[in-house]
Amino acid sequence: MLGFMTLLLCCQLVGELIVLASGLPLPGPVLGMVILFVGLLARGGVPDDLQALAGGLLRHLSLLFVPAGVGVMLHLALIADEWLAITLSLVLSTALTVAVTAGVMVCLQRVSGAGSSEQDP
Amino acid sequence: MAPFEDIWVYLSASPLLSLTVTLLAYQAGYWVYRKGNLNPLLNPVVLAVLVLVGLLLSTGTEYRTYFDGAQFVHFLLGPATVALAVPLYNQFRHVRQATGPLLASILVGSLAASVSAVAIAWAFGAAETTLISLAPKSVTTPIAMGISERLGGLPSLTAVLVILTGVIGAMLGPPLLNLMRIRDWRARGLAIGVASHGIGTARAMQVNEVAGAFAGLAMGLNALATAILLPLLWRWLV
Repeated sequence: MLGFMTLLLCCQLVGELIVLASGLPLPGPVLGMVILFVGLLARGGVPDDLQALAGGLLRHLSLLFVPAGVGVMLHLALIADEWLAITLSLVLSTALTVAVTAGVMVCLQRVSGAGSSEQDP
Repeated sequence: MAPFEDIWVYLSASPLLSLTVTLLAYQAGYWVYRKGNLNPLLNPVVLAVLVLVGLLLSTGTEYRTYFDGAQFVHFLLGPATVALAVPLYNQFRHVRQATGPLLASILVGSLAASVSAVAIAWAFGAAETTLISLAPKSVTTPIAMGISERLGGLPSLTAVLVILTGVIGAMLGPPLLNLMRIRDWRARGLAIGVASHGIGTARAMQVNEVAGAFAGLAMGLNALATAILLPLLWRWLV
């Protein structure tokens, strides 16, 4: 378990270093995720302990958002000023995203006939 | 009176109090969420944030003081983001059949999410910092905060907007898809995952396993696509 925690931190560290050195417009941990993903593809499977560690970290993923979320108290005035723009943007844009993504997926599957029926309910 | 003040001075200088209160608030939020039949309106993160903001404001504690302690929880976002490679890999096998349509719809959805959010807020007069903070709103929080920070937004505002987007997507998504008569679980999962990241994925997972797997995959790929495309798009626009 300790070994795989070290592996996660190493992937993140390498990701951060590459971002710092190259000026790539990516957050370091995302690059770390890509590095680990490529490693898993190369290895052809996920070790049990890594599966368990990732499961444990991700099961309580939403807890990790709390400290940053509390930062909203620094922006209460800004949100009060722009609440209408923010509310409309969040609601309309989220609905549009759902509709567009599902629409494109269904249309393209129909056109390409890519394994359309066997997994359907 | 003096002893209490001494205790308070001691506690507010150590990370122990912030950490403990953060975990307690989250677990209280989670308890309410479960008691309320996992109603997306009772999102545990939103509840915990409300409780903590109320506590800090009523005790006159500064956010910086709180964050000095809570940063140990915050730090785990980095390794947790790296760990997203594991579910991504697990679900990668499901994808082979429909790679082309899948990548195309995630790409289009990712662009639609950022561009429409910024355009609508801009049309209603939001300031530039707000626009940048809104742009990565459909991306899972750790990555969205990273993008927002790099572009000059407010990462903490982005975190709140991302969580709200997740709650809205989990509530609006399924009825909207029913209205559009889309019954394919893959398309449904994909749409929820692109629009409302982990909160939507958690919801999809409860309804259907295929939808959950595709939502998780969409969340990961959307994060990657947005992290690469948004800074390029932004540089080109400004």
